[in-house]
Amino acid sequence: MTSHILSLILFTPLAGAFLLLLVDKKNENAIRWIANIVALIGFAVSIPLWFWYNPQSSVFQFVERAPWIPSIGAEYFLGVDGFSMLLILLTTMMGFIAVLSSWTAITERVKEYYIFLLLLQTGMLGAFMSLDFLLFFLFWEVMLVPMYFLIGIWGSDNRLYSAIKFFLYTLVGSVVMLLGILALYFAYHADPANGGIYTFDITRFHRYAFAPGLQWWVFLAFFLGFAIKVPMFPFHTWLPDAHTDAPTAGSVILAAVLLKMGTYGFLRFSLPILPEASRQFVPMIVVLSIIGIVYGALVALAQKDWKRLVAYSSVSHMGLVMLGMFALNPVGITGSIIQQLNHGISTGALFLIVGIVYERRHTREISEYGGLSKVMPVYAAIFLIMTMSSIGLPTLNGFIGELMILQGVFVANKIWAAFAASGIVLGAAYMLNLYQKTMFGKIENPKNERLLDLSHREFATFAPLLVLAVWMGLYPAPFLRRLETSVDHVIARVSPQYATKNLADCGTLLPAASAGAAPTAPLPDVVAQNPAAKFLASVPCDANGKPLSTSSGQAPASSGTGTDIPPPADKKPGDPQ
Amino acid sequence: MPAGVSLRDFYYLLPELVLTGGALLVLIADVLLPRRSGHALAWITLLVLAATLASLGTFSGTHEVAHGLIAVDEFALFFKVVFLVSAAVTVLMSVRYLEIEGASPGEYYFLILCATLGMMILAGGIDLITIFIGLETMAVSFYILVGFIKPNQKSNEAAVKYFLLGAFSLGILLYGMSLLYGLSGTTNLRVMAPVFFGPETRHDPRLILAVMLVVAGVGFKIAAVPFHMWAPDVYEGAPTPVTAFLSVGSKAASFAMILRIFLEGLPAMVHDWQILFEALAIVTMTVGNLAALTQTNLKRMLAYSSIAHAGYILIGLVAGTPRGVSAMLIYLFIYTFMQLGAFTVIVLMRRRDVVGDELKDFSGLHFRHPYAAFAMLLFMLSLGGIPPTAGFMGKFWLFSAAIDAHYYWLAVIGVLNSAVSLYYYIRLVVFMYLKKDATGSEPSTTPALTVALAIAVVATIYIGIYPRVLFEIAEASARTLGVVGITAALP
Repeated sequence: MTSHILSLILFTPLAGAFLLLLVDKKNENAIRWIANIVALIGFAVSIPLWFWYNPQSSVFQFVERAPWIPSIGAEYFLGVDGFSMLLILLTTMMGFIAVLSSWTAITERVKEYYIFLLLLQTGMLGAFMSLDFLLFFLFWEVMLVPMYFLIGIWGSDNRLYSAIKFFLYTLVGSVVMLLGILALYFAYHADPANGGIYTFDITRFHRYAFAPGLQWWVFLAFFLGFAIKVPMFPFHTWLPDAHTDAPTAGSVILAAVLLKMGTYGFLRFSLPILPEASRQFVPMIVVLSIIGIVYGALVALAQKDWKRLVAYSSVSHMGLVMLGMFALNPVGITGSIIQQLNHGISTGALFLIVGIVYERRHTREISEYGGLSKVMPVYAAIFLIMTMSSIGLPTLNGFIGELMILQGVFVANKIWAAFAASGIVLGAAYMLNLYQKTMFGKIENPKNERLLDLSHREFATFAPLLVLAVWMGLYPAPFLRRLETSVDHVIARVSPQYATKNLADCGTLLPAASAGAAPTAPLPDVVAQNPAAKFLASVPCDANGKPLSTSSGQAPASSGTGTDIPPPADKKPGDPQ
Repeated sequence: MPAGVSLRDFYYLLPELVLTGGALLVLIADVLLPRRSGHALAWITLLVLAATLASLGTFSGTHEVAHGLIAVDEFALFFKVVFLVSAAVTVLMSVRYLEIEGASPGEYYFLILCATLGMMILAGGIDLITIFIGLETMAVSFYILVGFIKPNQKSNEAAVKYFLLGAFSLGILLYGMSLLYGLSGTTNLRVMAPVFFGPETRHDPRLILAVMLVVAGVGFKIAAVPFHMWAPDVYEGAPTPVTAFLSVGSKAASFAMILRIFLEGLPAMVHDWQILFEALAIVTMTVGNLAALTQTNLKRMLAYSSIAHAGYILIGLVAGTPRGVSAMLIYLFIYTFMQLGAFTVIVLMRRRDVVGDELKDFSGLHFRHPYAAFAMLLFMLSLGGIPPTAGFMGKFWLFSAAIDAHYYWLAVIGVLNSAVSLYYYIRLVVFMYLKKDATGSEPSTTPALTVALAIAVVATIYIGIYPRVLFEIAEASARTLGVVGITAALP
């Protein structure tokens, strides 16, 4: 497969940014149109990934490789698995939504604004696609500057402080991470078994067992880089400031995509490359995550600023994502990924929602609002759906993610699960409280009496998010199916006991999941349940040694089961197929 | 002992001879041409530099010239290219600056060429005598250049300061060198090296004293803390193009000298000087960056930042491996362009009544001159080490050399310092992009300045995205220094 679709996706926004450079800055509407069209094209060219991605193949797909700095072994090496594919789709979609949402919100320095948004887009996409560690780091750092400007130029009152805080916090984490990368690079070279080559190829690192002592230190270095980005509890203080002062589109991108960089980093690098250290650090991560969940929720409960409230809810939700991930079992990690997508969708939407009233009233004080559902019924309805999505109401996307995370955490440790559940309850409290204060009751503030409901353009920014929220809530199977091999890949490294047991005991359930994907239109409920059943079954199966779920255990045992999870040594993900 | 010098020696010294002849040509042209013909002189100077650059390509390989006084190898070649390019960019920057200051261009360009000549001799010097001559040629030219704006008190003060401290440090260096000569009986670094491997000299306290004196002497040249006090005043007071050349060319030449002396001449004492340089590196990075945080004058800020950069570059020396040396070369090459670029933007800001080197002069620059602001943004990000600029590649490779040589804490201190440094680099960006008041000065461009800026911008971006060529050349150059054999000889 020698397609260049990843490069196409990666450089479309960059090309758009260069195109914008050529447009006269006074011609603001032309700039807006070009930016929107480029962002839409960027989204459109990424959609084929969803269809072309082969869920049965466990290797990285759409691989592109070219020498970059041969003397040090760095390559231009792109490729995606199910996890990064979904994050890329999330990025291109949220990128388009962010551009679309800025049409009237940004009235000054329009040209630069869109250029920075598109540059940011390329940085994020590159980080998700890179399979070369140096290339990844390059894109990772490239994101800082446009985001700094987005906050610093188009932000609200305290923007300079927030922008530099965001910049320096992230920078400190990432430079330390760079040292970790270098330590792995030299350690890999030092082992004669590797043939003395220098490489930043992470698929090679995924197959190599680094010395435990080195893993410990490198994990700490990576932890600093990723935990600041997530952000985890003691490193979260930049987030409320950055969110509060960023323009709406900046907040949307920050919440929906940039925070995922941290969790993506843990899942792509820390867990599979440093499995032993990851297991050692579980207690620390879990404690920090739980503090994040509860503390974030409690602080959110006390906020008077609408946007700050949503920002703290992010801290809480991302804590949940981290907790699910470090349950280190398949269902927990799957839930964690699903919840990352959910958080992108629902928190992204919540920031858009704040942005809409902020654009009309120029205040984010919750007490300034009240009874908005009377004047803005469509707006209120969308806000309601997104609130429900955020607190995990069944039939909406949030429920699936939270359920799977709780399941995974419960298997790992029941006490952790109790804390996680308390975070969800508190989440309902602050979100419903917010909704009630702003949407219900009488309009007491005369300034709110003549607020306009959503325009068509504004509604269009929510439409894809609403569709996704319902789709993922009712029928998450296509998502889960695309995640299987990614999760198995991580699990095989970090919790091999699950992988082997899966093969031995629950193998019959695996092909069922694959069979569900066959294009022969099977019964809808089978399609719907089988992939989920695999994950639901895999937990007790792994924990107790036998499958628990029997709801649809009628799957035909086609041969070649479990080829999805070969032992790590057999994989050759780097090879172009 | 030295017999006659053959024609072959002159052949290998062709670039130096071309440059010397060219410098004299500039002086003569200054007399013959009518007054106020700065442009013509600048053209002649550029042609001389181009001819020197071209003559570098007439031979290849590794040679020792004049009975071991000068080495002609890829290491020297690498540095000579750096010097010639930075001299050329400096000339481009100077044309308009000299017009505004009303300074006489003839002597100025002559001195620039003399300084370049000194640097070239320094890069090739493998004998303490040659090194001293090169160093003096460079330093004396700079003493005059720093004070070139005669009516300007700051410029005069800077020159006197630079001269006094420079002479003092040179004395220290010479004292160290004389001890080395006394202990080894030779001034040739390559003859000296094996002598010190002998068990009786290696632990001689006089040798340790000599090493310490040499370290202090060269520490002054690269403005390493605690020998850095002259740098901020001199950088601020000197004419901006001279500051640029001083901070780039003189620094690179001094590093070439350091590499020659310590890796070629004193490999036996590696453990002693490594510790000294490690301490210097840590203190230099940290003090440089912390002091830069509070500066409001851009030239002073860049002075402290240049101190900090000397600290980063020392990391490569401490690592002491071929990788470390190649990282130093790469960093010096990259640093040349970003530093020269930053100073070019400062020169752009210079008007008849405005010096244009205060932070507030840059306030809202983006709205008055977006290209200059963008170039400055790029240089600041590069100095701070943010990809995709060249500065990132340089820092990345320096820190990797430290990790490779197991100097983990040095690398950690280095990266944390580079994070701190971003604060003051970004502060300038804040002034340029985020402040809208139009109080700042209006930049004015000339074709020469545009070319200088374009060279720096293109190099900064190109190396940042595709550093392959530079990496390969630097590695090849580092190998000719003979580090490989030296590190292998040690336990």
